[in-house]
Amino acid sequence: MTSAHSTTALGGYRHRHLLGIEGLTAPEILSLLDLSDGYVDLNRGSDKKKDLLVGRTVINLFFENSTRTRTSFELAAKRLGADVINMSVAWSSIKKGETLIDTAMTLNAMHPDVLVVRHPDSGAVQLLSEKVNCAVINGGDGSHEHPTQALLDALTIRRRLGTLEGLLVAICGDITHSRVARSNIHLLNTLGARVRLIAPPTLMPGQVERLGVETFHDMRKGLEGCDIVMMLRLQTERMQGSYVPSTREYYHFFGLNQEKLQAAKPNALIMHPGPMNRGVEIDSDLADDINRSVIREQVEMGVAVRMACLETLNRNLIAANAAQEQMAQ
Amino acid sequence: MTRLPAKHRTAYINARLLDPASGLDAPGALLAEDGRISDLGPQLFADGVPEGIQTVDCAGACLAPGLVDMRVHIREPGEEQKETMGSAGRAAAAGGVTSVVALPNTDPVIDDVAGVEYIARRAREEKRVKVYTYAAVTKGTEGRELTELGMLGEYGAVAFTDGTKAVASAQVMRRALSYAKTFGHLIVQHPEEPSLAGGAMNGGEMATRLGLPGIPSVAEVMMVERDLRLVELTGGRYHVAHVSTAATVDVIRRAKAHGLNVTCDTAPHYLTLNEIAVGDYRTFAKVSPPLRGEDDRRAVMEGLIDGTIDAIASDHAPHDQESKRLPFAIAEPGIVGLETLLPLSLQLFHSEKIGLLDLLGRITAKPADILGLKAGHLTKGSPADLLIFDLNKAGKIDPDLFESKSKNTPFEGLPVQGRVRRTVVDGRSLFEAA
Repeated sequence: MTSAHSTTALGGYRHRHLLGIEGLTAPEILSLLDLSDGYVDLNRGSDKKKDLLVGRTVINLFFENSTRTRTSFELAAKRLGADVINMSVAWSSIKKGETLIDTAMTLNAMHPDVLVVRHPDSGAVQLLSEKVNCAVINGGDGSHEHPTQALLDALTIRRRLGTLEGLLVAICGDITHSRVARSNIHLLNTLGARVRLIAPPTLMPGQVERLGVETFHDMRKGLEGCDIVMMLRLQTERMQGSYVPSTREYYHFFGLNQEKLQAAKPNALIMHPGPMNRGVEIDSDLADDINRSVIREQVEMGVAVRMACLETLNRNLIAANAAQEQMAQ
Repeated sequence: MTRLPAKHRTAYINARLLDPASGLDAPGALLAEDGRISDLGPQLFADGVPEGIQTVDCAGACLAPGLVDMRVHIREPGEEQKETMGSAGRAAAAGGVTSVVALPNTDPVIDDVAGVEYIARRAREEKRVKVYTYAAVTKGTEGRELTELGMLGEYGAVAFTDGTKAVASAQVMRRALSYAKTFGHLIVQHPEEPSLAGGAMNGGEMATRLGLPGIPSVAEVMMVERDLRLVELTGGRYHVAHVSTAATVDVIRRAKAHGLNVTCDTAPHYLTLNEIAVGDYRTFAKVSPPLRGEDDRRAVMEGLIDGTIDAIASDHAPHDQESKRLPFAIAEPGIVGLETLLPLSLQLFHSEKIGLLDLLGRITAKPADILGLKAGHLTKGSPADLLIFDLNKAGKIDPDLFESKSKNTPFEGLPVQGRVRRTVVDGRSLFEAA
């Protein structure tokens, strides 16, 4: 088994897996973004196919429902020429046993090259990555990380504003349960942006300030002077836990509308990882405002970023295998 | 040919005698006769051991009372794939533990006389270390109806606890304390307000980073504060299991100063680890209550030193791979502890935070006295339950060498000092180091 930090001749991102943003360096992140830029252009052309992953097998292993992320990964892999299999596994936390490990071992025996995994439990993707020989991309684990989402958000911002350095970014909504928020906090901090979190206290995780962010419970104050407003989905399935009294009350205080947006910079961009609850966390017209909202661009960047990740991990895998063969000789 | 003597007598010579309760710490010897300590002291066998007495040369090693572990999940009946009476007995002997107290949260729960008798019978069949048992406070540990506390006590239950569950209802706790008082029985609480304890680890920065639901540390102290009011009201006897927070230590310290009838214990992991041990979702470091922050760990240590915390119990909680190789949030909590209780406790002595006799008292005489067990003392007439150990012998914790069926320890590879040489129960050697 090769180490998680095996090197490639390329420099840049050298890890075997992409499990999270925490711990990555700025050059590692930037190398992925640079590579992604090229794929944006490719995807906009009429011939979208490359053969970098021909002969490779990518398995999308989703223990949680997702259409957009899975489709985005599938498209990314197919455009690079890989064979793609989608697997959806019903998973409930009540179900115990070795389901996760068993599934990993079974798939591993089929020699995939890349596993893209989404799982409702924090840490599950890392656990799985320890049991397989292929590269693993975290497609979102519980409330922990969703690294490709943060990368595509960064790519969207960078293409609009040129850089992330010095930007003031507000992340608003259900921070406690959000893997998107965590990955973005790490990425934005690493690339020199300043991060503000805006949420009711019940949706703000404990001691989150220690991750290098400012926290606000008043949306207008929090948005003051911001360049970017990232909205998060209110996970209505968690509403029975009394995190907030009602969606109506939530929208009143934490939903983004024209009036609250006035507090941000005049040309501030609006982002949302989707799927949106219109009228709950974001005003419908605002979401569709092509001058302010980059929500559809985010989806476009998603495919490019995932192509860059697949290409990079594939190269690392080839390099690692070559190094291993050399060692064996 | 030597003939068997009329009495079975063994002399343990060249020992460093350590009896925490009497304060004895001197070179000397000990004579065990038919399973009991018949004599001990610096002068004993000064002129040699008479013929007909079996001799064990301790070669300068420490001779202390065998350890008394007041919190052990034996897992039998119901989860024999994790541990059995036999494997727990071997693990205890290998760890220098001569008396274990079994927790009642088995399947079925030990909540009736038959259950208590079952444990006693299985212990007799295995003939290893002494096994005492708790019985549940409430039927099925469901927190509603009291068990037959009086009769269970008559049949041998040494105290009452719902194991890993708190007695959540204040009314039920009040009645338990009040009723148990009739018989002088002790109620042991798992101190956690259940509605706040739904998380997977300590609430705070680590939980936030890992995206895991946190358990706030106040969940512990608020249950203890509530219970102390009930102790005041009822005059019952109350013991807090595995104290893990600074606030709890404070509250118990003050309660003791006010003369309340309260004792408590903690486990080695709350004295030696903090929440950072959870690291990259290490399920072996998942315990209930969860590992806390460094400030809490220090406060628990201070509580041990100043005597607020009476005892150290391993909280031995064996789990198989299937229960631990899971995403963190759904993995079972618990650490195996019988075979690490001594070396981890001795770490506290070696780091010079607590005197040797004082420390040994917390894993011998104190828990024995709290539960009224005839154990934990090196005195004439006491059972010859002995632990001979090298105080300074260096080694590493190696789960592959555990006698326990389960290997779930976060201490793998930890360098430690102190090793069990021999474990004796009622004069019988149950374990000898190779």
